[in-house]
Amino acid sequence: MQLNRDRYTGWGRVLSAAGGRARPEKARMLDGAPLGPAMGQRRAYGDAALKSAGPALDMTRLDRMLAFDPDTGVLEAEAGVKLSDILTAFAPKGWRPAVLPGTGFATLGGAIAADVHGKNHHEAGTFGAQVLSIRLIGSDGTARDVSETTEPEVFRATLGGMGLTGVILSAKIRLAPCPSGFVDVDEWRIGSLAAYLEAFEASDAPFSVGWIDATAKGPALGRGVFEEARVSNRAPAFAPVAKSRNIPITPPGFVLSGPVVRAFNAAYFRRIPSAGQRRTRPLASFFHPLDGLTNWNRLYGKKGFHQFQCVLPPDSAAMTIDTMLRRIADSGLAAPLAVLKKMGAGRSGPMSFPMAGYTLAVDFPNRGGAEALINTLIDQTVEAGGRIYLAKDSLATPAQIDAMYPELPDFRALVRRLDPEGLFETDLSARLNLRGAS
Amino acid sequence: MSETWIILGASSAMARALARSLAADGHELLLCGRDADDLARDAADLRLRGAALAEVMAFDTRDPDSFAPIIARAEAAGGVVNVAVFAGSMPPQEAVESDPALLDGVVTDNFAAAARFLLHIAPLMESRGAGSVVGVGSVAGDRGRIGNYVYGAAKAGFHTFLSGHRNRMARKGVHVMTVKPGFVDTAMTWGLEGMFLVASPSDVARDIRKGLRKKRNVIYTPIFWTLIMLIIRMIPERIFKKLQI
Ligand SMILES: Cc1cc2nc3c(=O)[nH]c(=O)nc-3n(C[C@H](O)[C@H](O)[C@H](O)COP(=O)(O)OP(=O)(O)OC[C@H]3O[C@@H](n4cnc5c(N)ncnc54)[C@H](O)[C@@H]3O)c2cc1C
Ligand SMILES: NC(=O)c1ccc[n+]([C@@H]2O[C@H](COP(=O)([O-])OP(=O)(O)OC[C@H]3O[C@@H](n4cnc5c(N)ncnc54)[C@H](OP(=O)(O)O)[C@@H]3O)[C@@H](O)[C@H]2O)c1
Repeated sequence: MQLNRDRYTGWGRVLSAAGGRARPEKARMLDGAPLGPAMGQRRAYGDAALKSAGPALDMTRLDRMLAFDPDTGVLEAEAGVKLSDILTAFAPKGWRPAVLPGTGFATLGGAIAADVHGKNHHEAGTFGAQVLSIRLIGSDGTARDVSETTEPEVFRATLGGMGLTGVILSAKIRLAPCPSGFVDVDEWRIGSLAAYLEAFEASDAPFSVGWIDATAKGPALGRGVFEEARVSNRAPAFAPVAKSRNIPITPPGFVLSGPVVRAFNAAYFRRIPSAGQRRTRPLASFFHPLDGLTNWNRLYGKKGFHQFQCVLPPDSAAMTIDTMLRRIADSGLAAPLAVLKKMGAGRSGPMSFPMAGYTLAVDFPNRGGAEALINTLIDQTVEAGGRIYLAKDSLATPAQIDAMYPELPDFRALVRRLDPEGLFETDLSARLNLRGAS
Repeated sequence: MSETWIILGASSAMARALARSLAADGHELLLCGRDADDLARDAADLRLRGAALAEVMAFDTRDPDSFAPIIARAEAAGGVVNVAVFAGSMPPQEAVESDPALLDGVVTDNFAAAARFLLHIAPLMESRGAGSVVGVGSVAGDRGRIGNYVYGAAKAGFHTFLSGHRNRMARKGVHVMTVKPGFVDTAMTWGLEGMFLVASPSDVARDIRKGLRKKRNVIYTPIFWTLIMLIIRMIPERIFKKLQI
């Protein structure tokens, strides 16, 4: 099968690979394709969906929804289907994916492989919690159905396993009932980190998330906008999908320079009236606010950007986040996108990211100092007993990951048994020694 | 109102994108092609995306006997019948040069089969007094280029056929639209060298739907190819024959 030899990147556009990509358009074409790790829409920021040392399989054209049972809400679909397509097709029928990450471009395969979480993580757990079975192509090239009953260990390791157990061809997932196409969103300003954490503790809404101004210092440290939402019972109708806009070119780097970001963040903060506001918004624009601007990652210029995302246990979270925010604000490197969220304990596999506590995610343009800063933040995360998210990482070291993922030794043993030759090795697994081969 | 759409070459990524757009509006789709098992997956998908009906039918450009059952199925459906032709093939020019017998297949896949099918179904479409034909040609059909002129010639034949067919069918209320894509990100172009300004299949589908709404006769997609091809068509032959484009 024809390989595309062009260089390709992760979402952050810092790391890239040119090991060749096969892209089957029909299920049958997989037979002639070289076996390698699968990738979806490459919304992972770093090198999770890259393979320099050989061919990878682009699954985005195997994106068909195959069967749906309205009695149970179980959907079977090919791995390349975008979560936004599932939402668009099913919300009018009263169903939605139970867990939606911040971008609807994520594919079903990518959502399983990264065991993604959404704004309802504290209630719903991760994506893997609704996965019933996975059709997995193993290192011998044949596909089999893997589930909690057939091969529990392989099944769980595939949830959050970053593609290392094999190629997900299709999966059965349980959708959640969705009585409305809208959510009622309440937003209000938060003045400090302490107030932030209190707001999360006090919230009883199914969806909650906070935007945080990572450039604010001194008494404003930790300020932001808290957002909580409930499925609306006021607006029953469904909105037509808004047309998206594209960033067609890569603009110069000053667009996201320090002063511009500080000014933007201040304005963004004041956008919310001091008394707070309530808005009713369509599901898609609530779950995937940035998707309306296709290729917004190009705003960071040619050099790209990093995202640092960690989760911290409840007892160390407040203090650690405080020092992290100080460091970040002092560095002057932060971008507008910074998110704070309370996490529940739900995680589906040994390599899943979440743990009970708080997660902080901050974008950094790839400028001098950013890598050193992120490295310090990762060390702080290790010290605090937290962990970082593999789907976002491009900079961690094997030792840091060993310290954060206690189940890694068992995962390694399993992956080596399933794939002794390392066919499904990715640049991420090679960098972090996730297979333990070296 | 739900209409019937016959899609020839339904496994093409462009066809899939158009089918999804039509499904979202609740149309009835006949997916015609060679890989029935895979098309069945598309049919299931299209029903979940809103198609009132999605059925798979065997279609092979090299087997004219496969045409009649499709036409009969559309006739049985009643209502407005539309046809969209995506089937086509593009073996490398060098392959055709070393084995000229390949030319027949290129002409069949890109021109003769579709033309024959459209002639067969014309009386039915005329009798319904409405509907449309979407014929996918190519910018390659606008000019014979050294690297691709056998394929280009077949597409040019199809363009000319569509032009005459448009004239005929318009008299009975059937609209014929010629679609000339530039480079599109499909199986045909994946991994080929020298691709630029590559459009996504869904961009093409959007342009086709828009062209149909506006009853356009010939569209280039994406739109900037209108300008590129205007310039390329204007180059005098004595200069063109020396170019390597
Ligand atoms: C704007 C934005 C917001 C985001 N918000 C969130 C969020 O709120 N919560 C969250 O959890 N994540 C979030 N993410 C991360 C994103 O959801 C994950 O990286 C997800 O994995 C992306 O899916 P993808 O299809 O693009 O996969 P890719 O990025 O292509 O691949 C990611 C990993 O999955 C593996 N993989 C992909 N497809 C398959 C398959 N078919 N079989 C086997 N393995 C496969 C790859 O090998 C790779 O290891 C966000 C990303 C962006 C860009
Ligand atoms: N991609 C581009 O840049 C580009 C540019 C201009 C024009 N086009 C034209 O756009 C159309 C769609 O092409 P594509 O790019 O989507 O490539 P594609 O995936 O190769 O599509 C070609 C389609 O033709 C079908 N086909 C080939 N031989 C056939 C036969 N003997 N009988 C029946 N069907 C047959 C294929 O079906 P199978 O799956 O069974 O093979 C497939 O559905 C073609 O007419 C092409 O010439 C493409």
